[in-house]
Amino acid sequence: MPDPLIVDLSRLQFALTAMYHFLFVPLTLGLSILIAMMETVYVMTGRPIWREMTKFWGLLFGINFALGVATGITMEFQFGMNWAFYSHYVGDVFGAPLAIEGLMAFFLEATFVGLFFFGWDRMGARQHLAVTWLMALGTNFSALWILIANGWMQNPVGAVFNPDTMRMEVTDFMAVMFNPVAQAKFVHTVSAGYVTGAVFVLAVSAWYMVKGRHIALAQRSFVIASAFGVASTLSVLVLGDESGYAVTDHQKMKLAAMEAMWHTEEAPASFTLIGIPDQEAQETRFAIHIPWVMGIIGTRSLDTEIKGIVELVDDAEARVRTGLIAYEALETFKADRSDMQARERFIEYREDLGYAQLLKQFTEDPLLADDEMIRQAAWSTVPSVPAAFFSFRFMVAAGGILLILFVLAFFYTTQEAAPPNWLLKASILAFPVPWVAMELGWFLAEFGRQPWVIEGVLPTFMAASNLTVSDILITIVGFTVVYGVLAIIEVQLMLAAISKGPGIVDELDDLVPGLGENRPDTPVAAPAE
Amino acid sequence: MEFLFDYGTLRVIWWALLGVLLIGFAVTDGFDMGAAALLPLVGRTDEERRVVINTVGPVWEGNQVWFILGGGAIFAAWPALYALSFSGFYLAMFLVLFFLILRPVAFKYRSKRTGEKWRRNWDVALMLSGLVPPVIFGVAVGNALLGVPFTFDGDLRPDYQGGLFGLLNPPAIFCGVVSLAMLAAHGAAWLHLKADDVVAERARSIGTKAALAAAALFAFGGVFTAAGWLGGYELTSTADFTGPSHPIGKTVEAASGGWFQNYREAPILLGVPLLGIAGLALSAVGFRARAKTLTLLASGVGVAMVIATVGVSMFPFLLPSTVDPSHSLMVFDASSSRNTLRNMLIATVLFLPLILGYTAWAYRIMRGQVTVASISEADHAY
Repeated sequence: MPDPLIVDLSRLQFALTAMYHFLFVPLTLGLSILIAMMETVYVMTGRPIWREMTKFWGLLFGINFALGVATGITMEFQFGMNWAFYSHYVGDVFGAPLAIEGLMAFFLEATFVGLFFFGWDRMGARQHLAVTWLMALGTNFSALWILIANGWMQNPVGAVFNPDTMRMEVTDFMAVMFNPVAQAKFVHTVSAGYVTGAVFVLAVSAWYMVKGRHIALAQRSFVIASAFGVASTLSVLVLGDESGYAVTDHQKMKLAAMEAMWHTEEAPASFTLIGIPDQEAQETRFAIHIPWVMGIIGTRSLDTEIKGIVELVDDAEARVRTGLIAYEALETFKADRSDMQARERFIEYREDLGYAQLLKQFTEDPLLADDEMIRQAAWSTVPSVPAAFFSFRFMVAAGGILLILFVLAFFYTTQEAAPPNWLLKASILAFPVPWVAMELGWFLAEFGRQPWVIEGVLPTFMAASNLTVSDILITIVGFTVVYGVLAIIEVQLMLAAISKGPGIVDELDDLVPGLGENRPDTPVAAPAE
Repeated sequence: MEFLFDYGTLRVIWWALLGVLLIGFAVTDGFDMGAAALLPLVGRTDEERRVVINTVGPVWEGNQVWFILGGGAIFAAWPALYALSFSGFYLAMFLVLFFLILRPVAFKYRSKRTGEKWRRNWDVALMLSGLVPPVIFGVAVGNALLGVPFTFDGDLRPDYQGGLFGLLNPPAIFCGVVSLAMLAAHGAAWLHLKADDVVAERARSIGTKAALAAAALFAFGGVFTAAGWLGGYELTSTADFTGPSHPIGKTVEAASGGWFQNYREAPILLGVPLLGIAGLALSAVGFRARAKTLTLLASGVGVAMVIATVGVSMFPFLLPSTVDPSHSLMVFDASSSRNTLRNMLIATVLFLPLILGYTAWAYRIMRGQVTVASISEADHAY
């Protein structure tokens, strides 16, 4: 068993590097589609301003993309570096989506991103458009396979523990691919990336409009971003990944934790709008309930019950007890690999092996565990309720704010008059909101899965490598310094590129009448003849 | 086709595919790392350095995917090897990561500002990111040949008992030097083909020396290996290629000259290292004759065969253990399940031809020399 400090430090490092990586990924996802859409308009209409828009947003895309690529490599290496037992234990299942991601997505993305930037003068407009779409497709495929891998950590379908090799092995790869949790997560995450791209374009365009600069580019970008933003925000909210929460015991536990639902309620359950969950007392203070809503969101029905935390702990306790049968049989088989009876006994109960391993937090030999320890192990399946409760609420609130913003922005783009100044300023202020929402979402998904690294299969505390504390401290400090310096440089370059603006675009195209004219404090660019 | 899906066959196919991926990485990303390592030597002015950077600008990103895919494929097909080597070589891996993180950023950001200090700093970063990883990869291969100190417990939890400095032994450092010389020659061959006159001439002069050095050092490596200086192990029980992947239970002994066993059994395999020497030597000749495409092809073959030599010499070993050789990772006991190997093979057969197709197309689109003039005219250049 690895030292608990090693586990905590490895988790800290994973959280730092993953959350940092995810500052760049969603913008890559969203901007790649947006610039592909802009270039499509260029190819369809032949108007040069759309080409310049593609190039300008493409430049910002490139600054962001470099860091997304750089920090992504860390993620793939880290499983082996810090989570060696995890890699051995589930590599047979978890490794394949990562490898297929390389085959199907990274090559596409990386090859065509080079041609996107360097190929403008070397191919026809349609060919270049195809290049841009293939690059966008590559980034989206990449998200698909990563979420298939992550979805399997939340809902490990299509695999069983093989006592001959002492690890999880795939039995049904189709089930892994079409895992409902993975599919829900993919739609949710990719849509959130689109929202991020839309907010980015909306905010930068609004800033130009407030300043009265690059109006032709800003105004068109504002229109595209607001329309795309409405659609993708609706997709994030409606196709939220809650639909995957009814599937397994621990997904139910996560759902109960984020709702701070201590006890099973009669269907359809009420939704706790806000309150202060108290994990010790197992109650939520100052709670405001809305009847029926939770049942409908969580189960998409009026008569399916949602289980509360206390009842789910009882279920977990039963699984710890059957898990012990599997554990005992596996130990017997390990000692004598010709004992086929033990092997069969193990196979009968192997689904619950992971639950018995939860006991290793309390005793070296789970077979010596007493009732008290079994009870403790069952309770250890409850993640931090306040953390899940609040991160979920702030995430949803952020989504709601963005939806209102996009609807208003979209409404004003259909009007004769220019969008009012307050709306432009609100758009600028909204800039960080999607990032906050997404980091909270990942926190909820991963922290809410604890104590499991693979739900119901492998507890996190078993999964780390045999490293030394100084090894991990060196890399944590190293990553923090490199990532910190790169973040400063990235933001500086991004701001410089934004404040420099697209350059020649202003003279390129006609200006839509009305825009900028109603704001006497801002100069209006002269329309070209 | 059923024979393809036999467990033993699948394992050997995936052993070969691992080689293909590593060769793909070394041949493609190898030239852009080599070119970056030579940056201060071949580019004396800012414009010349931009020429160097822009020769690889459009393609390095795709090249690097070979590496990422290599990592993914080891994870998927050889999970025990992935778990053990990545955690065992922890700090060395971090160093590789450090430079691989710096590299994309250096490419993209270097020419976004004009300040001399800004560009000089990024040039140093680029140079180091082309210099250090090839050395580390070479050192890692050296240690794989020598064996590394690890065992597994009954749960197959890997336990690596060495540190960073244990990796830095003379034979392994020797392999690091071979690797650097080889990729520097390959990078020079790329610049010789793609860069402007001045840069190409400097690359030619360095490339000739590097190619000869790489060929000579690699040949010496063979002699050293025969003498047992680069390790050697022998499987003394029978190999069950269709058995479960459980790396405890066989018997293995350290055997001086063990890495020559396969050549003794099938002398035709000697063609692989000989082609490695011949490729590198031919590229030196190509540099002299200014036969640009031939030089690059020859150094590519050289690089590929040097890597293949390691695999052929060690088969069926993947990673021997020094502290308990019977825990060594073998082709037949460290792979994924038959299902996973089969699924991954199907995915590879579907996607690899596509990848090769559009990669070739991308290189064709970006064909032609990069010159100082072409950069200043270009709409987008690093």
